[in-house]
Amino acid sequence: MDFNYSEEQLLLKDAVEKFLDKNYTFEQRKQIIASRDGISTTAWGGFASLGLLGVPIPQEFGGFGGGGVDVMVVMEALGRALVVEPYLPTVVLAGSTITLGGSAAQRQILLPRIADGSMKFAFAHTEPRARWELNRVHTTARQEGGMWVIDGQKSVVLHGGVADLLIVTARTSGAPDSPHGITLFFVNPAEQGVMGREYPTYDGMRAAEVTFDNVSVSPESMIGVLDNGYPLLDAVIDRGIAALCAEAVGCMSALHSATLEYLKTRQQFGVPIGRFQALQHRAVDMLIHCEQARSMALLAAVKVDSANAAERQRALSAAKDFIGRAGRFVGQQAIQLHGGMGMTDELNVGHYFKRLTAIDVTFGNGALHRERFWQAGEAPAEEPVRKPAKRWKQLV
Amino acid sequence: MDLNYTADELAFRDTVRSFVRTRLPHEIARKVLEHKRLRKDDHLRWQKILSEQGWMAPQWPKQYGGCEWNAVQQHIFEEECADAGAPRIIPFGVNMVGPVIIAFGSDWQKRHYLPRILSNEDWWCQGYSEPGAGSDLASLKTRAERRGDRYVVNGQKTWTTLAQHADMIFCLVRTASTGKKQEGISFLLIDMRSRGVTVRPIITIEGEHEVNEVWFEDVEVPAENLVGEEGRGWTYAKFLLSHERSGIAAVGASKRELRMLKYIASQEHSGGRPLIEDARVRDRIVQVEIDLMALEITNLRVLAADREGRAPGPEASILKIKGTDIQQALTELMAEAVGPYGLPHLPAAWGDHWLGERVGPEYAAPLTARYFNYRKTSIYGGSNEIQRNIIAQHILGL
Repeated sequence: MDFNYSEEQLLLKDAVEKFLDKNYTFEQRKQIIASRDGISTTAWGGFASLGLLGVPIPQEFGGFGGGGVDVMVVMEALGRALVVEPYLPTVVLAGSTITLGGSAAQRQILLPRIADGSMKFAFAHTEPRARWELNRVHTTARQEGGMWVIDGQKSVVLHGGVADLLIVTARTSGAPDSPHGITLFFVNPAEQGVMGREYPTYDGMRAAEVTFDNVSVSPESMIGVLDNGYPLLDAVIDRGIAALCAEAVGCMSALHSATLEYLKTRQQFGVPIGRFQALQHRAVDMLIHCEQARSMALLAAVKVDSANAAERQRALSAAKDFIGRAGRFVGQQAIQLHGGMGMTDELNVGHYFKRLTAIDVTFGNGALHRERFWQAGEAPAEEPVRKPAKRWKQLV
Repeated sequence: MDLNYTADELAFRDTVRSFVRTRLPHEIARKVLEHKRLRKDDHLRWQKILSEQGWMAPQWPKQYGGCEWNAVQQHIFEEECADAGAPRIIPFGVNMVGPVIIAFGSDWQKRHYLPRILSNEDWWCQGYSEPGAGSDLASLKTRAERRGDRYVVNGQKTWTTLAQHADMIFCLVRTASTGKKQEGISFLLIDMRSRGVTVRPIITIEGEHEVNEVWFEDVEVPAENLVGEEGRGWTYAKFLLSHERSGIAAVGASKRELRMLKYIASQEHSGGRPLIEDARVRDRIVQVEIDLMALEITNLRVLAADREGRAPGPEASILKIKGTDIQQALTELMAEAVGPYGLPHLPAAWGDHWLGERVGPEYAAPLTARYFNYRKTSIYGGSNEIQRNIIAQHILGL
């Protein structure tokens, strides 16, 4: 049992925090959000030269070969700085999809481009009628003249507008809600028949509604095994969840520090408001939620690489549910304790709150994950009392 | 980063597990698992089994007969005991006064009292709270006046857990009324059989006799029973609190209770189906289970820091608050799970030798009483509001 980061992880943490402190201030972030593309190529280039974009990419493809905990280190720092660049869809989701399910050629070509920052990805899975169900895919892909032809609509594709390549889930067989019959494809957004409508999300990022109208892609665009995309999708989304949990921990810890600072400096009735017990107890409950959320993010980071799918699903769903609840609590308290100032767009507090709110509704909220948690690993209930061993008496 | 126990710790767990599984009497485990009333004898019987094994004092140094286990080992031990349905070790002797005597007691006190704690000859209770001194403990009024080679004690303690079984009580008493109120407090060991000690039961809302008032009327206490120096009692009391953190999160016991809750919910029916299949009920159970996972890991983080020699800190207050939240939620859900069979109040049915007819399922009888009783957990040991004050002051610097 060891809850410390390794020396390498501490160096990584230090490097990314220093970089963001210097190059990603709240003011700089505002300008990035207001810019045409809504992301900064300078920042992205900086992430690449720091090696951040290769953290979970295998070493042979120009990455760092890191695991869940290494990603956690990065994501927590990105959360603290409220970074809006597409790290999650590119490095975590696409990186994992290609590493776990890609062909040798796909890995060879694409992974190094993720690590060096030359390609950005978006993950197009959610559909209008699917909410967060991973198994419900109405978008279809059919084979026609040696090509795959994709039709359908994907909703709220995070960072869809800046992606060089989309990863799209499509139904290749089975009923619309069957886990079997889902296949993943790469689709170039510039392809004939791909249409996107980009819009901002309330957390300063962007997303897109993407439609596919008879979009024809090559057989090499298929990822993994035909009809068998679901386990891959499930594992990839779990990687995404682990990353989001770490990001949320970064947001929460920033909010807690900011709130504490405010309680110590804001004066009313002639004293710092942190003297008032009603406010102290809220601040304490924030701390408790932050610490417990960190525990769950650690669990998620460690278990996301587990070979046992049920164990992984249980841990990740537990973490997602807990982090959603904790994030809501910490965000709401931070605003309350900042009073009117907490309601202003000017202060970063509201922006952390909005990001935490967005995290809660990404990849499934608490209700969904509590149910998944239950489905993943509940053994049938047994009588909890051990029966006494039978004792036979010898009568003769 | 590694959330798993080391190979050594796993081996230790196996040793503890096989010991507890073979030596814990089945009748006692059954009572604990089914929430039946435990008698004094049940506690003593289990604690004597631990004594014989040399495991009565997990945290004491070896030279005093302890195990000198580190924080993680103690946790494993507690978790295994709780899982198997062992009664909680009565903490007042071994976990509370014991470490104070070891740290501050005289040679005589060490020679005399420590072996008696290990052998369970003395059952200790804790004389802290008073009618006018609850959360504001330092305002206590029980007086001890020095007269020659003895102290004469007058006053009243309250909420004294299991004083009806106790041979000894450790008390915070006022030896001076000048200066800061914390400075006039001393730490005194008092024989419960002394003339002038009266124990009066306090019956709590569920109808049980667990706590007491203890009255002192001109009770003579030999001066050799003063721990450390006169007027330093507050310091020793704070030291004691820092040693009380072992097991404070009650993760092992809550895991056991969660298992019982799921079992009950699988037996009870709603709409013709097992209650556990009711999505609304299940969702609440799952939420508690996830909260317990978060607490378990937070607890392990604290233990790992402790094992690395970082000083025990106010984070124990976090464990106390969340640990008791979860214990209370579990008792509440269990009482709710049995529906109308939560209503019958038949205290005899959860004691020994009940030969009467059961009303409802056997597990149902004590559940509501237990829900009532467990409201105490967020009050005792420093109420959860006091714990928040401690965190606000010592961690947040407010």
